[in-house]
Amino acid sequence: MNLRRDVFQAIADPTRRAILVLVASQSMTAGAIASNFDTARPTVSKHLQILTECELLKQEQNGREIYYHLNAEKMKEVADFIEPFRKMWDDRFNKLETIMKNYKSNT
Amino acid sequence: MERKTKVNAEDGKQEIVITREFDLPLELLFKAYIEPEIVEQWMGTKVLKLENKKHGGWQFETSDAQGNVVFRANGVIHEFVPNQKITRTFEMENTPFPVQLEFFEFEKLTDDTSKLNMHIVFKSVADRNQLLKMPFAQGINMAHNRLQEVVNKLK
Repeated sequence: MNLRRDVFQAIADPTRRAILVLVASQSMTAGAIASNFDTARPTVSKHLQILTECELLKQEQNGREIYYHLNAEKMKEVADFIEPFRKMWDDRFNKLETIMKNYKSNT
Repeated sequence: MERKTKVNAEDGKQEIVITREFDLPLELLFKAYIEPEIVEQWMGTKVLKLENKKHGGWQFETSDAQGNVVFRANGVIHEFVPNQKITRTFEMENTPFPVQLEFFEFEKLTDDTSKLNMHIVFKSVADRNQLLKMPFAQGINMAHNRLQEVVNKLK
């Protein structure tokens, strides 16, 4: 399903956001990640799969274990996405503020 | 540095919430939304129509340096309570984007400061995400137009 690859869909879920926060500091195995949640293990696996599919997580084979770590570049992409939108409104509102301050001093 | 304008689009719902605190009394902030000539200044668009009342309509239009219309948007005002709130629809003309529903809430913080809460509801999550990509695309377009202007002057 295409929707699943949507980064915004991926970060929409609170558990998936919690997973991203968890692995932000260190690489972890699926088991270690799952032990942080009350959610059933298969559910956590599903979340990991979604996060991996949209490249927010990267898998790394280390001996017999697969470690998950954060793909910082992709995360930055998400932030970059919202930032131009925020910037656009910030610029507009700054302008509004300046105009109205002048307006006030003229009356 | 603290960011004055905050955008919350994290919830994966079909909505965006934009909040901003202003160093302006509530009345002046609200005025910036209802006086056509002031709206034109800070939105950088021409106001064709702005009827500040329930069942009123609005229409904005933006042109490039050559006078070609590059953007036109319109909508209907559903709620209008001075210094408190405006509820309106927002539709970009000649684009595939479905109409949006916008809730503006104006709030007094102190005598000299105020807050705006802008809540936009989209038809779908995909439509919201598409719109989030827009400013970036617009930025490229504008840079392109500016380049075009410079090139034209060289001719």
